[in-house]
Amino acid sequence: MTSQVGTDKGFISDRAKELKPSGIRKFFDLAAKMGSGAISLGVGEPDFTTPWHIRESAIYALEKGYTMYTSNAGLLELRQEISKYLYQTYGLEYNPETEVLITVGSSEALDLVMRATLNPGDEVLMTDPAYVAYPSCVFMSYGNPVQIPTFEANNFEISAADIAPRITPKTRSILLGYPSNPTGAVMPKAKLAEIAKLACEKNLLVVSDEIYDKIIYSGFEHTCFATLPGMRERSVIINGFSKTYAMTGWRIGYAVGPAAIIQAMTKIHQHTMLCAPIAAQKAALEALRNGQDDVRLMVEEYDRRRRFIVKNFNDMGLSCFEPKGAFYTFPSVRKTGLSSNEFAEKLLMEEKVAAVPGTAFGESGEGYLRCCYATSLKDIEEAMKRFRHFLKHNCPQM
Amino acid sequence: MLSDILKILENDSRITPDRLACMTGLPEGEISREIKQAEADKTILKYKTVINWEKLGAEQVFALIEVKVSPQRDVGFDAIAERIYRYPEVRSCYLLSGTYDLLVMVGGKTMQLVANFVAQKLAPIEGVQGAVTHFLLKRYKEDGEIIDGNDDIKREPVVL
Repeated sequence: MTSQVGTDKGFISDRAKELKPSGIRKFFDLAAKMGSGAISLGVGEPDFTTPWHIRESAIYALEKGYTMYTSNAGLLELRQEISKYLYQTYGLEYNPETEVLITVGSSEALDLVMRATLNPGDEVLMTDPAYVAYPSCVFMSYGNPVQIPTFEANNFEISAADIAPRITPKTRSILLGYPSNPTGAVMPKAKLAEIAKLACEKNLLVVSDEIYDKIIYSGFEHTCFATLPGMRERSVIINGFSKTYAMTGWRIGYAVGPAAIIQAMTKIHQHTMLCAPIAAQKAALEALRNGQDDVRLMVEEYDRRRRFIVKNFNDMGLSCFEPKGAFYTFPSVRKTGLSSNEFAEKLLMEEKVAAVPGTAFGESGEGYLRCCYATSLKDIEEAMKRFRHFLKHNCPQM
Repeated sequence: MLSDILKILENDSRITPDRLACMTGLPEGEISREIKQAEADKTILKYKTVINWEKLGAEQVFALIEVKVSPQRDVGFDAIAERIYRYPEVRSCYLLSGTYDLLVMVGGKTMQLVANFVAQKLAPIEGVQGAVTHFLLKRYKEDGEIIDGNDDIKREPVVL
């Protein structure tokens, strides 16, 4: 078979071949070819540069000669700080020696938790739409991802009632990702509590990816899943520094959970990644200690953009539910009569605006687009103008 | 509420009330009223533009002057400060703690004009004990804006 990636000569494993390429990639490749003038609402990455005091702390660490490995689990100092932070924020107690693991981005943590907990054929329940890597991580660990549709009418929340009928003897865990990429949805505490009860009854592990826990709006209060009754012992919480502190390129994430699981994850991590880069860990330490004001300012700015983009979509007839977390909007393009894919592709070709079709995140994303508003207000304004122009020409009925 | 509006205006004074309404979630009418009130009570002093005049090759000389003064009965430093800041050549004027009292920024077309201002206008003011003039050589950051910031880093495509 020949393709862009060349002939495989039979070297590629069946699993790697079967792994579906991300639906997002295609759009970025197209957008990259567009050259100047293209506006991307596609990448889920803060447009802010990492705050200077955080960058400076890494420079200082390098000057001081911090260029070596750290312990496999990460700098003890950073693990202690994370433990302290989780106690102060959520009242959770994790032993920094045995229950905290520093990873290369939260993506690695996600991969590790699947590898450490799944046997071939085990099923992991997750939402549809969901972050693109969720099903893939499960698949690469020889598990079966089971996506459960969520709907705009329910604010893209998932309930215990949605999950219960999908539990089989092979179900091993529930993977939650709230605040959600791609929808911006959040989960009320009561609904999470029902899921916690179900997890206890059915002896399931819950993996909760809470990378956007600090990027929340409209007075919403995030509930860390491990704080729910009985969940400290049966959940792994994944978080990181990329989104909260605009530190995407530093690649520092972490997982906290029961010692047995964290130790199993650490074992895999030490054979594959060894440890996360030390300068980046030093920067993460500074972020936790002195970065809370930066977070507040960035979230205030995201909130302004969020209100602006949501109102614009609703005004132009692309109904858009209010996202209370992360930095994505998920407007509906159903009224246009175009599929998500058609809309996104035409929008890119005709207006040079890149947004991701909802179907990149699962079948339930059909009829939606994911638009990231972690980009400058100037670009968002221009993108909104182009959306309007696009609708005028392609959907005169609207 | 007003502070939400002002935080946005401080960075972009050209933003319109309807856009502000959109970004803050407050009604447009209320926004306009709040702004009018803030203008009236001098919470908003002025709408300005931060310009890099060097791009136009415009010759302008600035100096920071440390001024030591004797405070006066009843009015302290305020009366002398006012005599100084009333001059249009004075761009900013602050009272400081430390080895001198007032920090005054003065601008002029040439170094000679600035020096003349210090020698002939500022130094002779009654109560001024001494003035140390520092000419400004280069601006790196102005009102929070990095002047020649070369931060346009192109981001590479990534899947997430």
